[in-house]
Amino acid sequence: MLNPISAAFIKAKQENRPALLTYTVAGDSSKKQSLNILKSISKNADILEVGLPHNTPVADGSQIQTSAYRAIKNGIKVNDIFKIVKDFKKFDKNKPVILMGYYNMIFQYGENKFLNKCKFSGVNGLIVVDLPWPENKDFANKCKKKSIYFIQLLSPTTTKIRLKKIIKDSHPMSYFISMLSTTGGKLKVSPKEIIKSYSKIKKINPKKKVVIGFGITTKTIGKLKSADGLVVGSAICKEISKSLKHRQNPVTNVSSLVKKLKSKIL
Amino acid sequence: MKLKKGIPVIDQGNKLGFWGGKFGGNFVPETLKKPIEDLEVLFNKLKKDKKFIQERDKYFKNWIGVPTRFIKLENLTRHVGGAQIWSKIVSDANGGAHKIYNATVHCLLAKRSGKKTICGDTGAGYAGKMLSMAAKKFGLKCKIFMGAKDIARQQPNVKAMKKNGAEVVPVYSGSQTLVDAVSECMRFWVANCDTSAMCVGSTVGPAVFVRICGWSTSQISRELKVQLIDEFGSIPKKLKLYNCVGGGSSSFGFWNEFMDYDKRQCEFIGVEAGGPAKSKKHAAPLTYGSKIGILHGAAQYVNQNSDGQIEETESISAGLDYPGISPLHCFLKDTKRARYTAASDEQALEAYKLVTRFEKLRPSLEPSHAFAVAISESKKLSRDTVVVVNSCGDAYKDQGILEKRLGKKYVKSN
Repeated sequence: MLNPISAAFIKAKQENRPALLTYTVAGDSSKKQSLNILKSISKNADILEVGLPHNTPVADGSQIQTSAYRAIKNGIKVNDIFKIVKDFKKFDKNKPVILMGYYNMIFQYGENKFLNKCKFSGVNGLIVVDLPWPENKDFANKCKKKSIYFIQLLSPTTTKIRLKKIIKDSHPMSYFISMLSTTGGKLKVSPKEIIKSYSKIKKINPKKKVVIGFGITTKTIGKLKSADGLVVGSAICKEISKSLKHRQNPVTNVSSLVKKLKSKIL
Repeated sequence: MKLKKGIPVIDQGNKLGFWGGKFGGNFVPETLKKPIEDLEVLFNKLKKDKKFIQERDKYFKNWIGVPTRFIKLENLTRHVGGAQIWSKIVSDANGGAHKIYNATVHCLLAKRSGKKTICGDTGAGYAGKMLSMAAKKFGLKCKIFMGAKDIARQQPNVKAMKKNGAEVVPVYSGSQTLVDAVSECMRFWVANCDTSAMCVGSTVGPAVFVRICGWSTSQISRELKVQLIDEFGSIPKKLKLYNCVGGGSSSFGFWNEFMDYDKRQCEFIGVEAGGPAKSKKHAAPLTYGSKIGILHGAAQYVNQNSDGQIEETESISAGLDYPGISPLHCFLKDTKRARYTAASDEQALEAYKLVTRFEKLRPSLEPSHAFAVAISESKKLSRDTVVVVNSCGDAYKDQGILEKRLGKKYVKSN
């Protein structure tokens, strides 16, 4: 069976647009709310990235940190995250879900047990922020055996030789970090520059999908349309924080934000 | 797992930077792979470069003021009535602590790589203070990340950093201590690695930072070896080296040159921060059997829960208040080369009182932990045993805490 992640890219391509990927933190603002958010945005998002909240996230900016601390404070555990995914899949079984997090949480859970749980809950892909290539080779192979995509991260600092090696080992989807920044930084490179770097990566193997993330908001998303996929994370986390601050419903606010993001790439 | 003889411990890691096959490594975001590799290439080249070594030694001698003293604590020895208690007064170094060695080397490396800015983390404020001093000396812009809780409790060092022209960035996330400062500093580096160098303040972080720091602080044991031979004619038959362990930079540097001696002749004792006697929280992952986890890019024993969330620590000493521990110390523990134990806040304070009562020496709260264990074990040791405690920091920075906990009379100079 085709991995739903690949199916989502095919569908977006048919509609002549990039795939829209959203990132929300599991358990933010509560277990129930985060499930409701996933359900409400699944109509407009093509792929859902679900963050494993960690309390020493070295690559995340303040928006995602705030979401993660909030989720942890509300008592989220790794098993709850799998339950959220499983419950979501009951609601929309074909929508691809990617878990994104830091390696220590997988390491403590046990790699094999973690992957079995992923398979059981319906997780389709994994992004591990601090498990770069080549350190991730063994784990990526384990993922492959379970038909779970291990998504390699690529950065503006990744050298050309390294890019080639990573792409060679990569699964059908990779993730290009738009600029030197933690998540949620202000876009400090022009979209044109980003697309230029993206195209260089695509050239290595045009069949493999590459999404762009970091610093993407409603303002910038339209200018990056030519990519295979675009990830929005911090802007959504910020929307949740803002909603809570103003005592508004984060589910409806996030839902309309994602709708707006979608409209910009049509 | 085995410690090899004749090879510096910092060079005993495997290709991926793991000591003993499982401690250390490079668990970093992709963006940092290249800058880390660049730093590795530079460091591996320069540490073999005679000119660079000469340059380092010149600054160590003329600016840091090495060697630091090695003295016998006669009155304390008489009072305790067991082993001879000596101390290596590393706090003599310019700035008042061992952090100056690593800071100086990092600034020299930053200059060579053409970086204009250097960022660093700090807990007790010493790593930050020294980095600000070295940055000023070498004409680099300096940015220091420090937990808000630590800024409040280590004001003298914060003032010094600012005086040296560094920007001190308060970190409000998490427990607002060293662990959060290191995270925030790494985040800054992720976003600015093209223009800025990073100095990790201890033997922690991605493997190359562990190696650079260990290489730098080893100055301490190079001096001590000479001083011991000067004093005793040879390395004593029964030698015990006590050192506090937070991240582990001073202890590693204090032991490195003695690594190949049999541990029955030359024993290493690392003292972690046990925290308040009544609290369950501590900063002693080796003593209390914490599990291996990943923190700040390296696999190490670390205080964490079953989900892999890093646990909050508690210690009177900001410099030891860290949930993890250097991969080098994990390696030394599992190869049984070093022994680790903990002292509580209260024991450290008692030791501080005792040392200052008998000697003209004011160890900061960090080495006071080492003194606590050294004093209590010395009682049972023979007179021909030579106990050496690394007094790696000066208590000037702790005056606020000491006044609060012990009263005014312990703050004034002896």
